[in-house]
Amino acid sequence: MLEEAAPEWLSEEVKTGTTIIGIEYDGGVVLGSDSRVSAGETVVNRVMNKLSPLHDKIYCALSGSAADAQTMAEIVNYQLDVHSIEIGEDPQVRSAATLVRNISYKYREELSAHLIVAGWDRRNGGQVFATMKGLLTRQPFAVGGSGSSYVYGFVDAEYRRGMSKQECQQFVVNTLSLAMNRDGSSGGVAYIVTIDEHGTEEKVILGNQLPTFFDQ
Amino acid sequence: MATLTAVRPAFGGFSFDNCKRNAVLEVEASKVGCSVPAARKTGTTICGVVFKDGVVLGADTRATEGMIVADKNCSKIHYISPNIYCCGAGTAADTEMTTQLISSNLELHSLSTGRLPRVATANRMLKQMLFRYQGYIGAALVLGGVDCNGPHLYSIYPHGSTDKLPYVTMGSGSLAAMAVFEDRYKPDMEEDAAKQLVRDAIAAGIFNDLGSGSNIDLCVITKSKVNYIRPHDEANKKGVRVTELEALKLTGDYKYKRGTTGVLTKAVTPIDLELLEESVQTMDTS
Repeated sequence: MLEEAAPEWLSEEVKTGTTIIGIEYDGGVVLGSDSRVSAGETVVNRVMNKLSPLHDKIYCALSGSAADAQTMAEIVNYQLDVHSIEIGEDPQVRSAATLVRNISYKYREELSAHLIVAGWDRRNGGQVFATMKGLLTRQPFAVGGSGSSYVYGFVDAEYRRGMSKQECQQFVVNTLSLAMNRDGSSGGVAYIVTIDEHGTEEKVILGNQLPTFFDQ
Repeated sequence: MATLTAVRPAFGGFSFDNCKRNAVLEVEASKVGCSVPAARKTGTTICGVVFKDGVVLGADTRATEGMIVADKNCSKIHYISPNIYCCGAGTAADTEMTTQLISSNLELHSLSTGRLPRVATANRMLKQMLFRYQGYIGAALVLGGVDCNGPHLYSIYPHGSTDKLPYVTMGSGSLAAMAVFEDRYKPDMEEDAAKQLVRDAIAAGIFNDLGSGSNIDLCVITKSKVNYIRPHDEANKKGVRVTELEALKLTGDYKYKRGTTGVLTKAVTPIDLELLEESVQTMDTS
């Protein structure tokens, strides 16, 4: 009897309409994301870190439905923990990506989340994998999320093989900034994670420190 | 010729007869040129803030049934464990049952580990249950508490996603409350400043959102104690109380002092009653 029908935006799924990007260089990877989480027209979290650790040197970038993406990342984190204890050493990035792919393929009709898996392992160095809808493919760089559509041209034109770590970080920041300017569902601050054999470095770039372009 | 018809007893489960009726009504109404009335939105304002020594949770106290206030003073801050409380928005039954279930499981878990439960544990249990039901359990929660790792505050959405933040708001009045937080939140506030901030945020929701109203409940959780202040503030006072002694009377005072209305003329007519008959009826008290 004491019923409160939920307001419209409560029943709308919380989406991480997003821009995510991962790029590999010789010796590691750089992952980047924006920080906006929206439910319909409302921004429910303006500082969410969408770069989720799967293991010490393997991270994934979340996009799509917030609940689906968070749950997938947590499940794979648990599975990788068990796997790395079983093999007695750090897991390969390909293993983490395969675990993510297995979940997205099996539940492809029910889930609507896309994770980009990137990291460093001893055997193959820095690697970036895209795992949308059950596909598994290694790419030199990958972009995802609603904001990625606006920057495909930019990344295709600007990417060069053999970029250094600093150049990759700058490339990621520029891409995120451009996408956040044009996509309504992306915004807030930029999170950058750099992974190489020495460790993992997390950085936050606040809104007013992002690079500006011709119209600002 | 007589025929035998067997009456089939009603099976258990849902009856969708009203859905069929509604569909027919909608078609009929549009034929005449009328439209079916739109669904009315109801709601709540709940919020939480992390301060220097703990967390402060706040909620309004109005429960609505359509356009009518069903309960003027319902309690939206639910107990999870001695150091963790949870505010609930959305479907009242869902928030009530979900928080009770997780509270019970958390108590068993705490007995098994022999430790005070952690807020992250409650968060995991809640999000995994809500995700399992794919959003059909309409519970939007603000979970706050203090454990061995300090004060924590989470917001949990019906589909199972969570955010860990220093200040959160939920419910239909959340935008009004968030506006107050974004303006005046500072990290490491004192307890009184935090209580005032939460009170003002809920008041903003109460005054600017139709679905929220009545009083403001607060729950202050620190390492040493929990202070459940209900009500903290009566945002809307009804009338003036007669006296403190008659505080049990929950209705307002509608008596006006003699002289409030000017008297023009006064005519007193005594009515004489004649005693016609007197009879005595014995009452049977056996």
